[in-house]
Amino acid sequence: MKKSILIIAVVLLSVACGNKKSNDASSETVELTGSVAIDGSGTVFPVSEAVAEEFLKVEPRVKVTVGESGTGGGFKKFGAGVTDISDASRDIKGKEIELCKENGIEYVQLTVALDGITIVVNKDNTWATSMTTEELKKLWEPNSKITKWNQIRAEWPNEEIHLYGPNTSHGTYDFFTEVIMGESGASRTDYNAVSDYNVAVQGIEKDKNALGYFGLSYYEENKDKLGVVGIDNGAGVILPSIETVANNTYAPLSRSLFIFVSKKSAQRPEVKKFVEFYLDNAPELCKEVGYVPMPKSGYDAQKETFKNALGGL
Amino acid sequence: MNNLKKNKIIDSSFKVFGVLFTLLGVFILIILIYNIIKVGYTRINWDFLSSLPSRKPENAGIYTAIIGTLDLMLLTIVFAIPIGVGAGLYLEEYAHKSRLSRLLEINIANLAGVPSIIYGLLGLGIFVRFFGFGGSILSGALTMSLLILPIIIVATREAIKAVPHSLKEASFALGASKWQTLSKVVLPSSFGGILTGIILSLSRAIGETAPLIVVGAMAYVPFVPHSIFDTFSVLPMQIFTWTTRPQAGFAIAAAGAIIIILIITFVMNGIAVYFRNKWQSKLQ
Repeated sequence: MKKSILIIAVVLLSVACGNKKSNDASSETVELTGSVAIDGSGTVFPVSEAVAEEFLKVEPRVKVTVGESGTGGGFKKFGAGVTDISDASRDIKGKEIELCKENGIEYVQLTVALDGITIVVNKDNTWATSMTTEELKKLWEPNSKITKWNQIRAEWPNEEIHLYGPNTSHGTYDFFTEVIMGESGASRTDYNAVSDYNVAVQGIEKDKNALGYFGLSYYEENKDKLGVVGIDNGAGVILPSIETVANNTYAPLSRSLFIFVSKKSAQRPEVKKFVEFYLDNAPELCKEVGYVPMPKSGYDAQKETFKNALGGL
Repeated sequence: MNNLKKNKIIDSSFKVFGVLFTLLGVFILIILIYNIIKVGYTRINWDFLSSLPSRKPENAGIYTAIIGTLDLMLLTIVFAIPIGVGAGLYLEEYAHKSRLSRLLEINIANLAGVPSIIYGLLGLGIFVRFFGFGGSILSGALTMSLLILPIIIVATREAIKAVPHSLKEASFALGASKWQTLSKVVLPSSFGGILTGIILSLSRAIGETAPLIVVGAMAYVPFVPHSIFDTFSVLPMQIFTWTTRPQAGFAIAAAGAIIIILIITFVMNGIAVYFRNKWQSKLQ
């Protein structure tokens, strides 16, 4: 009995010692304290994490936490007033706007980075080098009858097609279905719905007849293992790349990544400074984590929007 | 004679089957551990243990996650042990064998099989929202306590059952009261079993991710909790976040973190085995 008490005491002690360490690290001269709570999209998470990491170097006493409960999950917390900033890979929806209104949460929506949904195939897939949005729609629409490649184009092989895509909790799913089918959430359901895109990458890498879609960064990191399908939107075939996403020629599958900032929270100096820091550093940092920055004028416009939103309160 | 031979063949072939199946389990475990170690061992060093999470996989560390996990386990112990052991004692020693107590027993046994995410939702409803603790380490620990309570209760009861009746009767014969008997005889001699149950339940809790995501464990927390109302991250959460990232470096970091969590679990199970052996020999 006594020994076990001793063990618990030792563990307590080691935890207490552990705590000291971060105190030392943050004992430099600083002005700002407080906390910034961020939650939301897993797609935007790497950007927010990168900004939080750099912000820690400038303001070591501000506690910035970033969660990734998904765009929808993030808005639930944001609307309840639990978080200061919500990461989102799509626009805010009607129900979520209502929730914010109910709880008196006013917000400002800022674009922080761009991303392109990329259609990928196996490396050995020599036929599907491009598809039209019409073909994508036929392939992915609800109750789609397409099970073989040659049902998309007659000259493609008479072999089964194996589909990979994000599951319904992803903002990427909402965006893709919205753009291609014209209705958010409208999709065939007989595909491999993944929650982790690396699973889709592995699946497509090993299967000659696979096709899937996910964010550009997962393709960029696995370029040597995957093939890419160009998108023909009536104006010629465009391949997704950092350039074509940035100048929006990779249409219609280019998208913006947002942060939603609560106006009330932004009155706090640490939140205000964090958001300004975010917009200043997003161009550099989003490149590092695999996303595409907007042109500089785009970020200037976002800063202006933020400034006006604060002034308006 | 013929029958005897047949039985012997059945006997030995069953033995072969038994050995095969046992080896199969061990074999799969070895493959898993080998794969993880092969990928992750390069990351195991002091920097990895003492660094904050980072966007650069080669700089990313698990300092806050590991402290978060230890703090969470500690708080969970504080809540779960008194309640779990107390409930086990009551059910085994005090409760009359009535319909109600049988109903309680069945419910507790059922609770042990409830999926962990359900506990997360329960924690979200009660601790995070109703009591207003928010996504704090307190909410996480209370949820985890609920999760492991049934296991502790069952283990406590089994351990108390295993105490020889003669010991208790000897105590009563000497004029000891019920509480004296419990605290001086029953609890000390069943302590090894109870402790084993507690540690094994903690080994389960330490790997849980789903209920903590629901309760509000964060993926990026660059500081260790200073109070029980602070936000927190835990190792499984960190692993989960890293495995979904596109950069290959994060897969290596995740493997490193998995090795650390495996080591913690092995050590905890080792302690459980040690105490079990020690108390068993003491009892005899």
